[in-house]
Amino acid sequence: MQKNAFFNGLTIPLMLLLPQLAITVVFFYWPATQAVWQSFLLQDAFGTSTEFVWFENYQLLFSDPGYLRAFINTAIFSSFVCVLSLSLALLFAVMADRQIRGAEIYKTLLIWPYAVAPAVAGVLWLFMFDPSLGMLARGLSNLGIAWNPRLNGNDAMLLVILAATWKQISYNFLFFLAGLQSIPKSVIEAAVIDGARPMRRFWTIVFPLLSPTTFFLLVVNIVYVFFDTFGIIDTVTGGGPSGATETLVYKVFADGKGGSNLGGSAAQSVVLLVMVIAMTAVQFKFIERRVSY
Amino acid sequence: MTVKSRILMSVAAFALAGAAPAAAQTEIQWWHALTGANNDVVVKLAEDFNASQKDYKIVPAYKGSYPDTLNAGIAAFRAGTAPHILQVFEVGTGTMMSAKGAVKPVHEMMKEAGEAFDPKAYLPAITGYYSTAKGEMLSMPFNSSSMVMWYNKDAFKKAGLNPDAPPKTWPEVFEAGKKLKAAGFEKCGFTNAWAPWANIEQFGAWHNIPLSTKVNGMDGFDAVLNFNQSPLFLKHWTNLAELQKAGVYDYSGRTNTGEGRFTSGECPIMLTSSGFFGNVKANAKFDWANAAMPYYPEAAGAPQNSIIGGASLWVMGGKKADEYKGVAKFFTFLSDVDRQVKLHTESGYLPITKAAYEKVKASGFYKDKPYLETPILELNNKEPTDNSKGLRYGSLVQIRDIWSEEMEAALNGQKTPKAALDAAVERGNQMLRQFERSASR
Repeated sequence: MQKNAFFNGLTIPLMLLLPQLAITVVFFYWPATQAVWQSFLLQDAFGTSTEFVWFENYQLLFSDPGYLRAFINTAIFSSFVCVLSLSLALLFAVMADRQIRGAEIYKTLLIWPYAVAPAVAGVLWLFMFDPSLGMLARGLSNLGIAWNPRLNGNDAMLLVILAATWKQISYNFLFFLAGLQSIPKSVIEAAVIDGARPMRRFWTIVFPLLSPTTFFLLVVNIVYVFFDTFGIIDTVTGGGPSGATETLVYKVFADGKGGSNLGGSAAQSVVLLVMVIAMTAVQFKFIERRVSY
Repeated sequence: MTVKSRILMSVAAFALAGAAPAAAQTEIQWWHALTGANNDVVVKLAEDFNASQKDYKIVPAYKGSYPDTLNAGIAAFRAGTAPHILQVFEVGTGTMMSAKGAVKPVHEMMKEAGEAFDPKAYLPAITGYYSTAKGEMLSMPFNSSSMVMWYNKDAFKKAGLNPDAPPKTWPEVFEAGKKLKAAGFEKCGFTNAWAPWANIEQFGAWHNIPLSTKVNGMDGFDAVLNFNQSPLFLKHWTNLAELQKAGVYDYSGRTNTGEGRFTSGECPIMLTSSGFFGNVKANAKFDWANAAMPYYPEAAGAPQNSIIGGASLWVMGGKKADEYKGVAKFFTFLSDVDRQVKLHTESGYLPITKAAYEKVKASGFYKDKPYLETPILELNNKEPTDNSKGLRYGSLVQIRDIWSEEMEAALNGQKTPKAALDAAVERGNQMLRQFERSASR
């Protein structure tokens, strides 16, 4: 029996590929090229005057101390969100994977936050922790803890990290749970018969078998913290206080949309694009070697 | 002809008949940023205008916050689908003005449409902000406001302060704030919304100090910010930073999101827009009033006059003459004395014409509601000088963010007030130079 189907010639394969290619070109490559082009231009908001300025937007960007700060903020923000959301989600998934009463309800409840839009998630956390409005903020101040994300940069950073993590845990949980459930029970049972304790079973059997899922989630989470979190930052802190929560993607959004500085914003997107391509390449080249499929 | 096609035919005919009267009307798109009670005002205005004549139909559409509406207008213009009327907040004035061809100056449109139009009929403090140096009105004032000091009379009584004699000067405000803190308002004795508007823009005008060269940018895009050279600015920022540390002043954010701290009773003194009126009226469960912004008594000639906030209506370029005629008729309709009286007394926004203000004053309305006159008295306090006419900077939306950042750095002790003030000026100038280059072509 023939296992694979082959198409001879070029016409049919091309026609089959064409819709996918067209979508990719129109919705991905075309805008990306536009961003690169825009990053070389100095343009007023309405686009009535345009000047080609070579690399000036990039020069301005790298001479701006605020941009360096955004790099540092992004590093702090993304590492905390990735580590927290992955480890907490794994913990929840392992617990939900056990034979417990009401596991379905437990799972459903954990998946819910994923349906919340980032901006809404931000507002929810703001309502809890706003120094004037927030119930929990009042609790903190009653306990004598000085909590003021309006002026204290660390408090503000902590707040956006919590909101962004909370939002992402559901997604990670879902994949970890699916990964756990696809591990054959017989393998675990064999380990139990061999006398392996739960922790040992987890680190030597379960975790390695989960590595493809973990790797996939790592890539997805990095993309999430880099590109998807500006809604949270915008609603919770607006990048403040004094730029303490301004990440790279938030700066792209704030400069481009809020400030109508299209050239500068485009240059930032290009930098971001290059960074994420580089990071993804590193991940696939080095980390993927440790993944056993 | 089958039964089916006959039905189709009659349906089509019916649809056409229904559409016919609408087609004879010229539709005029009006994008705005007002929510809640103010959105109702917009809808009512459009309905009244549509009912008053048959040729034009105003179609209002809410497009989000002020910056969102401005961005929606810009994006629509770039895509060739701009509305006829775009409501733009005062911060966007520089951006709109520099967009040659994208906007149709109001004075030009009114003249071409043959509408009676006298720029002198409008309150000069308001129109000055939206006119060229030659006095040509570029956009139509709509909802104007200014900054006032709202205060909680009950809290004043509790702290042993006279609720009918609110503090006039900044030192008095500081003293009052300390007393209020001692009387139980531990988190905040006084505060303000719109940090840069309160502590830079209004502060400069009210004390007759320039923010930059070139008449605060009104005489050209080559203006250079220089307010860090004024000792009074440094004094004010230093005072605020010290009082923040002592917990007497408490920062409430860059926009008006902190305004709830006043209505909830947390902060008994709050400087913010006079447009806060509707909210205070609806939500404050205590006796309240407002007063003019405080000033430093040592500043020569202070208080000068305040500058306006709020928004105006810009007419977008490249539309048909007939459509402009409709817009012009609508602007005439808006400027009508009785309509302005009603708008002012119901929404709390300023009346835009002199006649409307005189009429409200003559009716004795302000005796019961003096708080609605405070912003007008501030605006008309003295003949505006070059430092208090208003300001016009491109990229002001971004510059305000920079200013907020630097104020925050001074208040949380990251920078000294001097360093923050210098950085606010230096970084603002970078933005101005970039804008100058993109706008001068």
